[in-house]
Amino acid sequence: MNESLGKPIDRVDGRLKVTGGATYAAEYKIKNLAYGAPVLSTITKGRVKNIDIQQAEKMPGVIGVMTSENCMMLHTPSGSDPGSGKFAEKDLLPLQNDRVLYGGQYIAVVVAETAEQAEQAAATIKVTYDEQKPVVGFEANFSTAYQPGSGLGGAKTQEKRGDADAAMQSAAFTTDETYTTPVYSHNAMEPHATIAEWNGDKLTVYDATQSVMGVQGLLSNILGIPKENTQVYALYIGGGFGSKGFTWANTLLAPMAAKQFNRPVKIELKRQQVFSAAGRRTQTQQKIGLGAGVDGKLTSIKHDTISETSFVDEFVETAGVATSMIYSSPNVEVKHSLVRLNRGTPCPMRAPGESVGMYALEVAMDEMANKLKMDPVQFRITNHSDMDEQKKKQFSSKYLKECYQRGAEAIGWSNRSAEPGMTKQGNLLVGYGVATATYPANRSASSAKATLFADGHAEILCGTQDIGTGTYTVMTQVAADAFGLPVDQVKVKLGDSSYPKGAQSGGSQVSASVGPPIRAAALGAVSKVVKMAIADEKSPLYGKKEEDIVVNSGRIQFKDHSNTSESFTDVLRRKGLDKVEAQAKTNVSTRQQQDAAPAPDGSPEAKIEAESKTNAAVQADEKTDRKDYVFHSFGAQFAKVLVDPDLGTIRVEKIASVMDIGTVMNLKTATNQIMGGILFGMGMALMEETKYDPNNGRIVTRDLAQYLVPVHADIPEIDVQFIEKPDPFISPIGARGIGEIGVTGMAAAIANAIYNATGKRVRDLPITPDKLIA
Amino acid sequence: MEPFRFVKAQDNLAAIRAAGINQAKFIAGGTNMLDLMKLNIETPKQVVDINKLSLYKIEELQNGGIRIGALVKNSDLSYNPYIIKNFPVLSEALLSGASPQLRNMATTGGNLMQRTRCPYFYNTDFACNKRVPGSGCAAITGYNRMNAILGTSDKCIATHPSDMCVAMAALGAIIHVQGPKGSRAIPFADFHLLPGQTPHIEHNLKQDELITHVEIPALPFAVKSYYLKVRDRASYEFALASAAVALDIQNGTINGARVALGGVGTKPWRSLEAERALIGAPANAQTYRTAANAALAEAKPHKDNAFKIELAKRTLVRALTTVEGMS
Ligand SMILES: Cc1cc2nc3c(=O)[nH]c(=O)nc-3n(C[C@H](O)[C@H](O)[C@H](O)COP(=O)(O)OP(=O)(O)OC[C@H]3O[C@@H](n4cnc5c(N)ncnc54)[C@H](O)[C@@H]3O)c2cc1C
Ligand code: SF4
Repeated sequence: MNESLGKPIDRVDGRLKVTGGATYAAEYKIKNLAYGAPVLSTITKGRVKNIDIQQAEKMPGVIGVMTSENCMMLHTPSGSDPGSGKFAEKDLLPLQNDRVLYGGQYIAVVVAETAEQAEQAAATIKVTYDEQKPVVGFEANFSTAYQPGSGLGGAKTQEKRGDADAAMQSAAFTTDETYTTPVYSHNAMEPHATIAEWNGDKLTVYDATQSVMGVQGLLSNILGIPKENTQVYALYIGGGFGSKGFTWANTLLAPMAAKQFNRPVKIELKRQQVFSAAGRRTQTQQKIGLGAGVDGKLTSIKHDTISETSFVDEFVETAGVATSMIYSSPNVEVKHSLVRLNRGTPCPMRAPGESVGMYALEVAMDEMANKLKMDPVQFRITNHSDMDEQKKKQFSSKYLKECYQRGAEAIGWSNRSAEPGMTKQGNLLVGYGVATATYPANRSASSAKATLFADGHAEILCGTQDIGTGTYTVMTQVAADAFGLPVDQVKVKLGDSSYPKGAQSGGSQVSASVGPPIRAAALGAVSKVVKMAIADEKSPLYGKKEEDIVVNSGRIQFKDHSNTSESFTDVLRRKGLDKVEAQAKTNVSTRQQQDAAPAPDGSPEAKIEAESKTNAAVQADEKTDRKDYVFHSFGAQFAKVLVDPDLGTIRVEKIASVMDIGTVMNLKTATNQIMGGILFGMGMALMEETKYDPNNGRIVTRDLAQYLVPVHADIPEIDVQFIEKPDPFISPIGARGIGEIGVTGMAAAIANAIYNATGKRVRDLPITPDKLIA
Repeated sequence: MEPFRFVKAQDNLAAIRAAGINQAKFIAGGTNMLDLMKLNIETPKQVVDINKLSLYKIEELQNGGIRIGALVKNSDLSYNPYIIKNFPVLSEALLSGASPQLRNMATTGGNLMQRTRCPYFYNTDFACNKRVPGSGCAAITGYNRMNAILGTSDKCIATHPSDMCVAMAALGAIIHVQGPKGSRAIPFADFHLLPGQTPHIEHNLKQDELITHVEIPALPFAVKSYYLKVRDRASYEFALASAAVALDIQNGTINGARVALGGVGTKPWRSLEAERALIGAPANAQTYRTAANAALAEAKPHKDNAFKIELAKRTLVRALTTVEGMS
């Protein structure tokens, strides 16, 4: 059988997407649908005194106005339900009281017959407030900084080995600098949207989410209805980048309004509303201290991050999360602290932690390489970590040195002058920069169901979703290989909470998590057919052993005797069956395992529960010593830039990115993910920034004319390469996730290239012309 | 968006009549008007569609000038061979603005009339004298990196966003308008107004006056002219600073000069001071720097935009140097 895995096949949903055939949350045509328009707070802190809805209620088409006075009461989500997703602002369930804790917070929802009527009526609502003095300004509030609990997925926020301070004191070379990053906004193409429809006590929700299972659990929790009565769909999602990982108020307000007005209701945010009411990346200030000996070996690494969160939840951007493992050093100290501001709550944004953390650390590494007069690539190789020195575990697989070497060649590193400002191309200064990329390889428990139909096609059901990354496509490849069918005979169905529980699309975990159970379920279904055949006198395979049977293009055959074979269809038809089904579940969670101390006694391990015996074989594929390893992807990012020294304009001329992400499941979707990450990193480095008004703390830049992302004209030649060595421990497929690593290190590579071009070190992102000519 | 009456005018007079009623607005390409209506910043009770009017011609004039119909699309104007040859600065300014899709819709008249991109003007939650007269100006003490440094007042510091207008200011264009009582011509410098105490009044056009065409008078030395725009990304973004320049250099001496700046002024900013510093002086770096200093002498920075003074100077010097290089 020709394996399809690894082939750069086109997206299976590509045609649907470009022809408008893919239905996104806001696009469902629901009979009798009403439209909800949110009214958001125009103050930053205080209490709502009065909401004057009289005029709005009389306007044409208005069905009603939902406010804290008349809306249903919600149940506080219990943190204990493992099946429940996270509500992004745990202390601010929408419309439950009169408190205003940030600008752009939900105050009311106007429901009307058309979207235009709802919006127009919403604009007439006059809210009077008791305004209080808000806490605004990041640096201005550092005196209130406190030590937070753990970060995302239980990540430690304080880590230490050796004595970093003492080592700094005695180091031959030191750098100690402060780096700042602004608030970034995800700006997924598709704004957050929810349609909710009640049928008696059953709720159906179409939601723009990165987790149908999480939304199902959360709605059931907060609305107080059984999970079985809560059906969530997210068949296509127009990007999430983390902003649809936690659940935001729109997902609650739609079912609340639908109940209150007894109509299906759609709430679709406007771009401006997405900025305040649906997450962002926090602002950070990072102090990085490095100490090194004359041999260029790091003796001390200190990474101290202050970030901000809201008054209604705690989110820590764990900028220092990779610092303790990425380089070898006997002394390390990583700290995080938080200040609270009257802003909407931050949330994960593509590579939370590493994105901003690997910017600061990797610029600091460049500064140290300069002090040491050492080539920055060589400096990184000199300090390569052969194991995770903090957790004292081996890496499952790591080819980072090869990434540096191949990347250096691809960018033309040998043309780089060690002395900044020395290379010119016409009027422009040329510079080269490097940085290390890394992101953990996560994997979580998932399950799937496989069905082989008598007509010869097959289907997979899995309660994960494709947020635009290509999950439909690569999972079709995984399933096709396991079924022994061509990809066009396999239909993968995702984005439906009634399917077997699949992973959340976040933390780059989908491929690693749902690939194995999809494969196991498909193998399970095939095995059932094989068993039927060998037990059936009428089959040419009668009496053969299961392990001697191979699958090829929808046929099962005896070893390499293609004449001794028959099709799935023949077997099932003879039995009078129209299909066979199999389910599989994997219990692997890398996060828990990585943080668990290496223990010889078998703590919970890779467990595949599958119906069929053949899955003993699948089981055996799964390595049982996974807990002895840490799982990370690595890469090297290289940038070549041209800077106009008079005008401060920066042109990224070329990017080379070499990634060690295990098995490449599909070269097209993989390259696309890394490229997307690189562009995210470019935006971060050069232009993106969400600005808050310095006086009242409300967002000023809240559309795509004011919040700049790279456009085509900014985007250079991008050379993405992969090491393509399977990770032997992560899963039988050997693939680690790739959705996020492309962002990491990119901003630093560009910042370092700008320094190499100009000799100017801008330590405050984004690096815009004004900062370069200052 | 507020409900409105939609009128499709068949000729100039019908358009002018329809515009006379209270709170009517013309719509041409709609690329600015529609955005502003969707955000409740413009709330016309009547919208007068002028796309049927016969104002699509670009005519070369006998004296070497050119007459541009108000409905000529920015893309058509930018690719007009006569413009490219004789007034390259205008073509370059147009092509540096917006995106191809927008330029295919945007018209000459609409571009002249486009409103500021001050973020506070676009955000109805904030005070803005231009949007709601007397409500205050959030930008003056707020985030004002993109705002103006020339021609500001204590009521408003918004930049005029147009690129096309900067080139037209340098070229000394004349705007022809038609009202119920006939037509008149407005010199470019008088068309846009400084904010002063009334930032909501932005131009010299009456409610029921229609821009019919723009005339660019002959300026032979404009064959050597150039537009340079500095911005935060390579395309599809408004200027941090821009310069439109034309130079007439004979034997190393500047005989004629036109200079206008964008991204820094509350209106398209022709700098007669810079022109005076250039004319009669030797064409060299020192002269250009002197001219740039003269252009920005009156600049008044705010908290976040002081960099624009130096950036605008360098932009102007670079533009002048580039034109010198063409000679
Ligand atoms: C995303 C984006 C980016 C942009 N970037 C740039 C840029 O970089 N540089 C730049 O210069 N511009 C830029 N623009 C602005 C663009 O140039 C203007 O929107 C466009 O020129 C307006 O022309 P229009 O025909 O669409 O005007 P409309 O939107 O139809 O009208 C605008 C105004 O002009 C009035 N009007 C139109 N025609 C007449 C007439 N004949 N007589 C009297 N009044 C009239 C209307 O009543 C209205 O008040 C950008 C716009 C957008 C949306
Ligand atoms: S600068 Fe002008 S447009 Fe901007 S907020 Fe102030 S008054 Fe309004």
